[in-house]
Amino acid sequence: MKLLYFAWIRTRIGRSEEDVAPPSTVRTVGDLLDWLEQRDETYRLALANRKTVRVAVNHDYVPSDHLIEAGDEIALFPPVTGG
Amino acid sequence: MIRITETGFDPSAELAAFIQRCGPDLGGIATFIGLVRGSHGEASVHALTLEHYPGMTQTKLEAFEETAQTRWPVSHSLIIHRVGRMLPGDAIVLVATASAHRQAALDACAFLIDILKTEAPFWKYEERDDGAHWIEARESDGAAARRWVAE
Repeated sequence: MKLLYFAWIRTRIGRSEEDVAPPSTVRTVGDLLDWLEQRDETYRLALANRKTVRVAVNHDYVPSDHLIEAGDEIALFPPVTGG
Repeated sequence: MIRITETGFDPSAELAAFIQRCGPDLGGIATFIGLVRGSHGEASVHALTLEHYPGMTQTKLEAFEETAQTRWPVSHSLIIHRVGRMLPGDAIVLVATASAHRQAALDACAFLIDILKTEAPFWKYEERDDGAHWIEARESDGAAARRWVAE
């Protein structure tokens, strides 16, 4: 699956996108965030405060129990501030 | 109509073109124009950069426009949003709605800017006297958007 990062989540992780293949035990958005956090300290610091992480799957906002699939485009970003 | 632009736009010229497109029987037009602020608290703002999520921005703005046109008798609507680096006084966003009825035009315009601010994937990064900062979302923006759900 393709992960995209925006705003300070992008700058903290140090990249704007990457392809990942998490293990099959990673079934939901919440599982994915847990798995990313365990990869290294950079991800842990970027994602530690879950209240400030919004998730969109294929351009739609989703809750943490949303089931993810291999072909998904998953974006992680802070609360939006446009307008 | 939705337009995301990396270059500056002139709100007056865009509005004049919108009025032309609406034709003679439109009734009234409501508008909102958002500009880059020159200060943030005590600090001067030198520049503002708007980042966005291109595919999702377009999808979301189109959906908001469709919701506004379903909910109110709006004949035409326009959202222009700038992205990239801009300077104080530059236009960030223009929302315009046309309707035969004043209240519908005003309500649809307020709905569009409120929902855009809380759900469209844009992020502001300010360069100021006191350093460069990502702007944090404000709770008052969330409350403004929720009033359209509560009704």
